[in-house]
Amino acid sequence: MITREPVYTDAPPNAIAGLGRAIVLGLGDIGRAGSMTAQALVGMPLLLFCARRRRECVRQMFHMGIKTLPVISVVGMFTGMILGLQVGLELRRFNQEIYIGSAVMVSLLREMGPFMTGLILAACVGSSMAAQIGTMTVNDEIAALEIMSIDPVLFLMTPRIAAMVFMTPVLSFYTCVLGVIGGGIVGLTQLNVPWDQYIVMAMDIARLRDLYVGLFKALLFGIVITGVSCYEGFTTTQGAVGVGQATRRSVISSFLLILILGYIVTRMFYDL
Amino acid sequence: MIRFDHVTKQLGGRLVLDDLSFEIPKGEIFAIVGPSGTGKSVTLKHMVRLMTPTRGAVWIDGTEISAVDGADLARARERFGYLFQGGALLGWMTVEENIALPLREKTRLSEAEIAERVAKALCAVGLEEDGDKFPSEISGGMQKRAGLARAIVREPEIVLYDEPTSGLDPVTARTIDKLIRRLNKELGITSVVVTHDLQGALLSADRIAMLTGGRFVEVSSPHAFVAADQPDVRRFLDAQFISKKGIEGM
Repeated sequence: MITREPVYTDAPPNAIAGLGRAIVLGLGDIGRAGSMTAQALVGMPLLLFCARRRRECVRQMFHMGIKTLPVISVVGMFTGMILGLQVGLELRRFNQEIYIGSAVMVSLLREMGPFMTGLILAACVGSSMAAQIGTMTVNDEIAALEIMSIDPVLFLMTPRIAAMVFMTPVLSFYTCVLGVIGGGIVGLTQLNVPWDQYIVMAMDIARLRDLYVGLFKALLFGIVITGVSCYEGFTTTQGAVGVGQATRRSVISSFLLILILGYIVTRMFYDL
Repeated sequence: MIRFDHVTKQLGGRLVLDDLSFEIPKGEIFAIVGPSGTGKSVTLKHMVRLMTPTRGAVWIDGTEISAVDGADLARARERFGYLFQGGALLGWMTVEENIALPLREKTRLSEAEIAERVAKALCAVGLEEDGDKFPSEISGGMQKRAGLARAIVREPEIVLYDEPTSGLDPVTARTIDKLIRRLNKELGITSVVVTHDLQGALLSADRIAMLTGGRFVEVSSPHAFVAADQPDVRRFLDAQFISKKGIEGM
């Protein structure tokens, strides 16, 4: 049951009680968002049997993937160029600028590729999801679905989470490729590192495990962004103001979770 | 049968429904009237468990809908059609797709059968020419009629109408009143209508209830309602220029 009545509570008697209540409410939100996300993930196999839901999933993939491609391309390219330049300037002091390929490749595959992709998708796609579902909630469209006995999580969230699970790793890989190209351009034009030498150094250090871990991170980011954004949308109250607040909260929470999860996954897969 | 059993509802310390008990027998058209903010829509939302009573219980035949959850609630809700105040159409679907949605999602009808039922529902609310339009391309009144078509397309046992005629021109409003009456006669649909439009309630309802202060201060047939001496009812009737003789002219 998604549609819920507003919860009215008395003002807390003091700041400590207020903090305690905020923590309890926050934990409740995390639990409900997690359970909703799990329900949407469990529903993914149903997409295989329903042509309409499959079409919706493809529509979401187009919306998430193709429409964010220009932003992703610019961000990916410039992230690689900035990395190449910063690392190259330092390495040049030791006449080791030929190693910028290695530095750019490792940074992008392990961290920057999925991280930048996650941030862009949270800002572009997550905010749009929260706003759309939030508007549906305040216009009683979610309640209407529930009265028609159509599960809003399976109907709205599952195609979105499936599209994100597929598109985020693809976009992350694309960001890495463009970033490596960007780093190579900086190396060639400003640090006098030949293209073939740059690529050899980059490919020499690249390991499949780095790629897999990076793609796994991207996949997790996709799930988190969809879970947070849809939950914020489903729990929107108070009309247009509420939609704005839900959108803002979805972006902030997604950013924070991307950072925290990024660290946890890195710590899990790379020993000190 | 819909039964409210001593239902009390508090929202933020405000008592909206105060120990409300009533029954609506199968096949009846029951209108709830009253001033704004007295809990008419809240009463309606309790019937499909969009709201849960603070105390008391809501029964739909043998099912206590105020206590069920999950699959049982979904099953109980399948018996309902619900017309929301704003229509609540999905903005990215055309009017036809909106109306076909419950049939596509919850039945095994073929596309031809769905198209036939959708055309019939569109015709019933006078939107035959507007099926291919998106909700943003039609007026608020038309959105409400499309919402009504969606509510009735599955021919549910119970239809709940939240302000079905507000924002409609008088001719269309009377058409909707007649449609509610026709659905009741032809399909035996139980209808609960929340409205400010007393003219419409007098025309279509079997019983009218006046909700004030969280309680029904009058529940009677249209004729008895117009003749009632209860002060809140009289004020409401006077405000809509309906006298004790008013019903005779209709």
